Amino acid sequence: MKKTSLIKQIVMFAGFGVLVAACAPKEEALKSGYDWAIPETQAMQDDDFSNPAFMWVDIGNDEWSKTDGEAGKSCADCHGADGSSMKGKSNMYPVYNKDDKKLRSIQDEVNNCRTNRMKAKAWKWESDQMLGMAAFIRTQSRDMPINVAVDGDAAPFFEAGKEFYETRRGGLDMACTHCHVDFPGVKIRANVLTNGLGNGFPTYRLKWQKIGSLHRRFRGCNKNIRAQPFKQGSDEYTNLELYLNHRAKGVMNESPSVRN
Amino acid sequence: MTYRIIVGALTGIVVSGALVTGTMAADYKIVDGTIPQSLTGKAGDPVQGKKTAVNRKKGNCLACHVMPIPEEQFHGEVGPDLGESGSNYSAAELRMRLVDPKVLNPDTIMPAFLVPGKTAVLKKFAGKTILSPQDVEDIVAYLTTLKGSYSK
Repeated sequence: MKKTSLIKQIVMFAGFGVLVAACAPKEEALKSGYDWAIPETQAMQDDDFSNPAFMWVDIGNDEWSKTDGEAGKSCADCHGADGSSMKGKSNMYPVYNKDDKKLRSIQDEVNNCRTNRMKAKAWKWESDQMLGMAAFIRTQSRDMPINVAVDGDAAPFFEAGKEFYETRRGGLDMACTHCHVDFPGVKIRANVLTNGLGNGFPTYRLKWQKIGSLHRRFRGCNKNIRAQPFKQGSDEYTNLELYLNHRAKGVMNESPSVRN
Repeated sequence: MTYRIIVGALTGIVVSGALVTGTMAADYKIVDGTIPQSLTGKAGDPVQGKKTAVNRKKGNCLACHVMPIPEEQFHGEVGPDLGESGSNYSAAELRMRLVDPKVLNPDTIMPAFLVPGKTAVLKKFAGKTILSPQDVEDIVAYLTTLKGSYSK
């Protein structure tokens, strides 16, 4: 009698466990744009020597140890000679910054260092130096998962990014969700829609014949739906970047990737 | 319900060589999720409708739909195949889907071709609809001819 009840208990417990597991929401990572790219594009990214984005990574690498500004400093003076101190860092960006009382992207951090610590001129967002430095820094965290914080001080900025993502806009009156949540993997004319993640940016985009920032890609998306684009580095796009990186949680950083 | 569509600056009227932009209004009445009446009182032209449907700056239907137009490469697959539109839907049903598909499905990705965007619209498209009422009539006329005889 006692034995039976014990077995019964075990069976019930196991059954309950299965039930809980079945009901728990799936925490499955989304797919990278790489997974939907054609083999030729994947091959370009797989080999750093054939990946044209590395021309800009080299620019960033050179700039890293270049002394610039009135303070007579280089990145290497504070952060070490080879950039390895940046390992894992960029995957947490954008992050909330207490001085700015808003998010900072990698590009914001670079320009903060340049203007405040090096007493050098800020770089333009889409300049070769900035793209190169961003790619160089992000490459240090390659093959590590994207992992941003969206709670605490970051929460209101995350919510703003989420709202942007879900709001219909432009002459075509479409939200990001309509393509990137509802139809990933589906063809729109010759192109395949993706989950729209930023895990490979800055990316060498074949259409651009150049490396470019995630915010440049946002502008293209906005213009495609006949919506007013925001500036690269704007609060709106930085908040949106945080939301995208939240969606990309657990997806590997591929920067600098190759995309069409 | 009666909706009023303003097609501002979309309808160009050529007067003695100069392009004059005019404002044209069209009324339409929704009956059980359809728009039975022509928007222009004029029959649509199916030949022009096919051209307008293909035009990337107008209907751009191929972005999302497979259509029996083999001369055009790369048909999108977001929406349903339109090859049997004429068998599956009446002109009144097709007209509704082109004018404002959100009346039938508020979450649809498909743009409303006769309702201007409301949020953050690029200046040059502000207050404008994607198509004119006659463009819609032409596409409706074209779609009603599609009865599935074409095989890809």
